[in-house]
Amino acid sequence: MRKQVTQNLGFGLLFLCITTALFFLGTIIYFITVRGVRILSWDFLTEVPKEAMTAGGVAPAIMGTFYLTVGSIIIALPLGVACAIYLTEYSPRSFVVNIIRMSINNLAGVPSVVFGLFGLAVFVKLFGFGVSVFSGCCTLGILVLPQIISAAQEALLAVPQSYREASLALGATHWQTIRSTVLPTALPGIMTGAILSIGRVAGETAPILFTAATFYMRGFPKSIFSEVMALPYHIYALMTEGTHPEQQTQIAYGCALILLFLVLSISAAAIILRQRQRKGYE
Amino acid sequence: MDRLKEKIYKWIFTLLAFASLFFLVGITLTLFIEGLPAFQEVGFFDFILGQDWYPTYSPPDYGILPLILGTLWVTIGAVLICVPIGVGSALFINEIAGKRLKSILKPIIEILAGIPSIVYGFFGMVIVAPFIQKLLNLPVGLTAFTGSLMLGIMATPTVCSISEDALSCVPRSFREASLAVGATRWQTLTKVTFPAAASGISTSIILGMSRAVGETMTVLMVTGGAAVIPHTFFQAVRPMTSTIAAEMGEAVMGSTHYHALFGIGLILFFITFIFNIIAELISRRFRLKLGLGR
Repeated sequence: MRKQVTQNLGFGLLFLCITTALFFLGTIIYFITVRGVRILSWDFLTEVPKEAMTAGGVAPAIMGTFYLTVGSIIIALPLGVACAIYLTEYSPRSFVVNIIRMSINNLAGVPSVVFGLFGLAVFVKLFGFGVSVFSGCCTLGILVLPQIISAAQEALLAVPQSYREASLALGATHWQTIRSTVLPTALPGIMTGAILSIGRVAGETAPILFTAATFYMRGFPKSIFSEVMALPYHIYALMTEGTHPEQQTQIAYGCALILLFLVLSISAAAIILRQRQRKGYE
Repeated sequence: MDRLKEKIYKWIFTLLAFASLFFLVGITLTLFIEGLPAFQEVGFFDFILGQDWYPTYSPPDYGILPLILGTLWVTIGAVLICVPIGVGSALFINEIAGKRLKSILKPIIEILAGIPSIVYGFFGMVIVAPFIQKLLNLPVGLTAFTGSLMLGIMATPTVCSISEDALSCVPRSFREASLAVGATRWQTLTKVTFPAAASGISTSIILGMSRAVGETMTVLMVTGGAAVIPHTFFQAVRPMTSTIAAEMGEAVMGSTHYHALFGIGLILFFITFIFNIIAELISRRFRLKLGLGR
């Protein structure tokens, strides 16, 4: 009898935990949606900011986030996939490979603001790219590299060993096997990894703080060496700079809603895709 | 011909695989090159243990103890929130929720883990801080407690997701054996499943801590930014990350201030580095213990 009571109490406690977690997270999404929807309109999405950030839209910030995201994935995806191919297909289990694995894990844990410092010292100052789209893309690219590598590794490891053996038995070389058998099979998994990291990059603020972002622009960036506005940074700037906190907070709600919607729908798509794939292999 | 091609491809991949090692070394070197002058100019102990951070006064003070303590307080507060809730949620998803509920909850938690930190910061600033200010009758709502609360909520999905992974690594036979000898589900959970997954769960806690220490935007927006040594949870603090983010824009390149900010970055880097190594060692032992290989 007492056992049953303890069990019910315990289960109740755990239920409380998950409801608390979901309640807090739900509250955040609820408030931002309800208050953000008020300001959202077609003009808000397509216009440039006007009247010292108190009116107009946030189109340059949306485009800036788009440029930064696409650019960093272009940099990180080939590098990450190549690294994963080496680790799963070529690597002899050696000391060197262990060191690479360690450094990937550690790179994944480095705080994002430290990536920002690195970007500032190396891309902005040392290489002279300045505060620009390009510096931002490089910094963000390095930031997501570990995530892309581990997703690609997982996808490559899920390819059944028999596929490789069949290909090699037909006389294909190692590289031909990788190119025509392993990669196409692993591609969906690699893509979901890439989509997940898009969600991550789109929301990052600290790394672009001193490498790419600017508060105010009249239009869109002219080249990859000009500064950009970006949604996450724009929220921060609206809340900490400027002289019209009332209107600025409204605009910030709008930006937060757009960002939240973008990031959550991207990661939802990737996670649902991934779940389907995992089922497929089982 | 083919042989040569094979060799070339292998070399290309080998080279590219070293990229992450290269970047890690690059980051370490950069932090040392730009950060070490601060330790020399200010003095190692004056820098780390100095109690005043007034980088723009004359003469300036570059003591980062208030910043380190700010990070420490906020992190401890966040861990106190995210660990019980996160681990509890993981246990619920893994042990109590049925197959159907689990297949809904797990992805939801994973999706929520992706909410950008700036959104937490923004929400903390416009909703939570005024609420806390009114509730507790404080002069300002931007305090270490607000920061801990937001960070704690933010790290919960991460802790939950990784803990759940650890729990689902525990072989079914462990549970079946326990139930077969007459233990209740709760006894099985507390005496068998949880201990078996404990080191995997502790990895999740360390990674959650590492995330809290390194988080920037949220603490920058909600902790108030006063570089003083904290005495209670309900006063403004200035953690290390937010100091870098807030002041880097104004610091003149090559000045002591600039180097000091890199010095803070270097210390942050080492803290998270140590966390990661501990997490990795624990998770390796965990996999060995459950007989999962490497």
